Amino acid sequence: MERHEYDVVVIGAGGAGLRAAIEARQQGKRTAIVCKSLFGKAHTVMAEGGAAAAMGNVNSDDNWMVHFRDTMRGGKFLNNWRMAELHAKEAPDRVYELEAWGALFDRTKDGKISQRNFGGHEYPRLAHVGDRTGLEMIRTLQQRVVALQQEDYKVHGDYEAYLKVFSECTVTRLLQDEGGSIAGAFAYWRETGKYICFDAPAVVLATGGIGKSYVVTSNSWEYTGDGHALALLAGAKLINMEFIQFHPTGMVWPPSVRGILVTESVRGDGGVLRNAAGERFMFNYIPDVFKDKYATSEEEADRWYTDQGNNRRPPELLPRDEVARAINAEVKAGRGSPQGGVFLDVSTRLPATEIIKRLPSMHHQFKELADVDITREPMQVGPTCHYVMGGVEVDADSGAASVPGLFAAGEVSGGMHGSNRLGGNSLSDLLVFGRRAGAGAAAYVSGLAARPTAVGIEAAEIEAEAPLGRTGGENPYEVHHELQRTMNDLVGIIRRASEIEEALDAIQKLKERAEHTGAQGSRVYNPGWHLAIDLRNMLLVSECVARAALKRRESRGGHTRDDFPEMSPQWRRRLLVCSLEGAGGIAVEEKIQPDMRPDLLALFERSELTKYLTEEELS
Amino acid sequence: MGYKAKFRVWRGEGGEGRLEDFTVEVNEGEVVLDVIHRLQATQAPDLAVRWNCKAGKCGSCSMEINGRPRLGCMTRMSTFTEDETVTVTPMRTFPVIKDLVTDVSFNYQKAREIPSFTPPSDVRPGEYRMQQIDVERSQEFRKCIECFMCNNVCHVIRDHEDNKPAFAGPRFLMRIAELDMHPYDVADRKDAAQEEHGLGYCNITKCCTEVCPEHIKITDNALIPMKERVVDRKYDPLVWLGNKIFRR
Amino acid sequence: MTIVEPAQRKQRAQIKVRTFRTDRWWLAPALTFAGLLSFLIYGFWAIFDKSYFADPYIAPFASPCLATSCPEGARFLGLAPFGDWYGLPPGLLILGLPGGFRLTCYYYRKSYYRSFWVSPPACAVAEPHGKYSGETRLPLILNNIHRYFFYGAILIGAVLTYDAVLALIHKPQGIGTWILVINVVLIAGYTLGCHSCRHITAGRLNHFSRHPLRYRMWTLVSKLNAKHQQLAWASMFSVMIADFYVRLVAKGVLTFPFS
Repeated sequence: MERHEYDVVVIGAGGAGLRAAIEARQQGKRTAIVCKSLFGKAHTVMAEGGAAAAMGNVNSDDNWMVHFRDTMRGGKFLNNWRMAELHAKEAPDRVYELEAWGALFDRTKDGKISQRNFGGHEYPRLAHVGDRTGLEMIRTLQQRVVALQQEDYKVHGDYEAYLKVFSECTVTRLLQDEGGSIAGAFAYWRETGKYICFDAPAVVLATGGIGKSYVVTSNSWEYTGDGHALALLAGAKLINMEFIQFHPTGMVWPPSVRGILVTESVRGDGGVLRNAAGERFMFNYIPDVFKDKYATSEEEADRWYTDQGNNRRPPELLPRDEVARAINAEVKAGRGSPQGGVFLDVSTRLPATEIIKRLPSMHHQFKELADVDITREPMQVGPTCHYVMGGVEVDADSGAASVPGLFAAGEVSGGMHGSNRLGGNSLSDLLVFGRRAGAGAAAYVSGLAARPTAVGIEAAEIEAEAPLGRTGGENPYEVHHELQRTMNDLVGIIRRASEIEEALDAIQKLKERAEHTGAQGSRVYNPGWHLAIDLRNMLLVSECVARAALKRRESRGGHTRDDFPEMSPQWRRRLLVCSLEGAGGIAVEEKIQPDMRPDLLALFERSELTKYLTEEELS
Repeated sequence: MGYKAKFRVWRGEGGEGRLEDFTVEVNEGEVVLDVIHRLQATQAPDLAVRWNCKAGKCGSCSMEINGRPRLGCMTRMSTFTEDETVTVTPMRTFPVIKDLVTDVSFNYQKAREIPSFTPPSDVRPGEYRMQQIDVERSQEFRKCIECFMCNNVCHVIRDHEDNKPAFAGPRFLMRIAELDMHPYDVADRKDAAQEEHGLGYCNITKCCTEVCPEHIKITDNALIPMKERVVDRKYDPLVWLGNKIFRR
Repeated sequence: MTIVEPAQRKQRAQIKVRTFRTDRWWLAPALTFAGLLSFLIYGFWAIFDKSYFADPYIAPFASPCLATSCPEGARFLGLAPFGDWYGLPPGLLILGLPGGFRLTCYYYRKSYYRSFWVSPPACAVAEPHGKYSGETRLPLILNNIHRYFFYGAILIGAVLTYDAVLALIHKPQGIGTWILVINVVLIAGYTLGCHSCRHITAGRLNHFSRHPLRYRMWTLVSKLNAKHQQLAWASMFSVMIADFYVRLVAKGVLTFPFS
């Protein structure tokens, strides 16, 4: 078997993974990047709007404290406040760094990085490049990796001496030593189907999310919750798994592209939501906690685009969870568009040339995929599974999980976004915590007295090999599809206890069926086999989501319970922690959230805090 | 609304293979990649195809559909008639791994040979000041999703395997242009563009521009301007003379 | 302890068919071939045709007329710098400038590489040549001097403009006047939209913002440049038509009033 020795293995080559790998390599560690797709194709390319960083280039009143407040409010105060603090403080430097590595952001008149408005952000804050910011970021990081490899080539005569990318290579197990510390990772090459083993004392998980457990999702096939599952299997804990963000605006037609994202910048740049009757319905859905921050009339909302100092923001720019629920409610009430969404209209709001300039890829996407010219007619949009707030429980400063040697960053880690992520906060999250996890892993490796020895390689091989041996077994595509339907219908945007219980039953049955999935054909680039292996991860993660959703008896952010519609300060203090039980099941425990540091608490008005915190916490 | 479409898909491993015929259901609004996925789910579970975002943003599902390089996810079935046989083959310029999946490592190797962005040493992060009009040209090239269809279609390497070592392909010649036009890049890239990366091989027949799914004007905005910059350096006697005199 | 297994030998998909394209991909190169060929044939004939002047019109292929053999009114600014030793057709003297301009033009290069040299005939259609070195060596490397032909083409364009102005101020104006004017406009559009011109105005700069005037010129040239192909064809046909028209008038074939 192919075997490599590294100091740090980073799993995932999206924004967080690349930033972590760059950091580990910059700190002198031999680093491997292992990713399921080709280098530079990671899901980060799909991010459109921008990276939130309080640089204050457009509005100089902006600073980290305002950003911190917005993040906490967006997450309904469930966020890990230390992460939110670090994020708000460090994001500007991370963005500047990208620029020094060759990124070309859109500019302000005085030549600085331009920033745009986004839902939940008080000031224009998102550094962006048209509506393809994620692509710019991934390309910049990719090119930074190449730059480091070129440096290594000059010194060592080998591009890959200190930083190597293993692309189209899927990790199926983390390897540990006798004591449980991380000792490496076990993987297979998608291209050849051969196995490969990494010996490394530190692993950074940066595998992204879990969207592929849902039918309607903006996520690509890679988002099978690999990192979440690998962490669970290695004994780490997941938190906040009940919180899943449904992006309010995904395409609803044609069916084959259902779920593909329509960027929030459409609304940031003036797009409005209307129901079948032509009504701007968002005015009816401003929740109490946001009442004084959003416009109550169309006139005021429209004035805001040109004069943000004296007007309140249009309610289309409420945090994503609010908008998604509102659209859901409109459609349910029979006021939806013909194809089951609502209308998002920018054509009557901006001149055609301006739309093409500001939203080029949206224009392109609708034109090519739906035959809709967004400069002439409205789009039809509806909620789509977009992001999981939950993930591996990590230390805020170093990204370290509870298993020694295991680190996580980006979407796969949990806590930063609380119960709901603000748009634009994920790209900056990737950079800030990608770097921290890379540094954390490097420091951990430096502090080790001896390298660990991996055990359990044979077991990992047997497990991965199994579907290939089961000819004539269950079709993995069918099992996958049923899981997606189950999660979409029963643990979707609006939940209730009976349905979640039904979903848990279904997941149990699917687990048994997944045990019998077989893969036809050879081991060379065999998608059926790959899916059969991924099913384990999706099922584990889905069970976490369902169990945590059942347990949290309130509605908050990305978790809405029909049977418990209120937000409860008591529940704000409690985090739900998932871990693996003996027989492969999931256990969920409650954990008390640590109190916010007084200086951070002091950034909020008491009147606002009373909406979220308990009496006890306030006194 | 659905109908049965005739598909011919190249299947094989390591170069050897053949076209296989399928009859497969097609529904309204679907794209070629949807149909390939239906083949996977119902008739050929081990049919290999590379894909990711399915929204034309990642550039993974490059293939040749009826002989033309296209993204599978952006080719709508409505562009074909119902009785038309749709032929799907892997990209021809790169070695095939299996079915529609090719080994595109050539591109990553070329990417590595181009010196990275080289900013002046005295500008610190956060101090960059650039006007929008100065970054727009390079921004156009950074729209590239690296589907590598331009490199696939370029006859310089598509029809002449032996040119591969000497020619970086449109994708990476465009990368050189992007860096050369970057307001803060201080590296000198003109000689290398011609001597090491094979800009001279380009005979501007524009197929790269024709196939670009991002509609980047690769030839007009990157390759030709880069050729002109090379002319400044290497082939324009007056500029050459002027430089000689000024240097003294 | 790094063990790496050797990569297996890889090769392209072994497909013998030249292309799977189902559209009429051969149509565009065939039309281009026919179009360019007609220009060459016409040009060859026109150069040796002697009836190029019908006061106030001078056929574009013969302008500027610089030898004593030119009729008095046809001489450029009334001069004949080449004197009377030059007995060959006057067009041969200046043919090189517009001819070379078009021969080295980035658009024409595409069109003749595709249609004459079939390298490649169309995208994703295999070319028949075994070896290919592009514009890396003689003679094709000479295409890099395009900008000098551009300077020359500017001069010729100025002369043609002068000819058109002469026709304009001549009373009465005829149809030929307007044919010459339209021709000059199209030629100017083609010439100024040239890629080299785009490079010279500001394309070579990395800081447009420091040269606002040049940047403005560049944006104008860029607009023309986007239509370079269309202007190349339009101006090619317009110059042929204008030239032919003048010759027909000169030969007395066209004799209607205001011709």
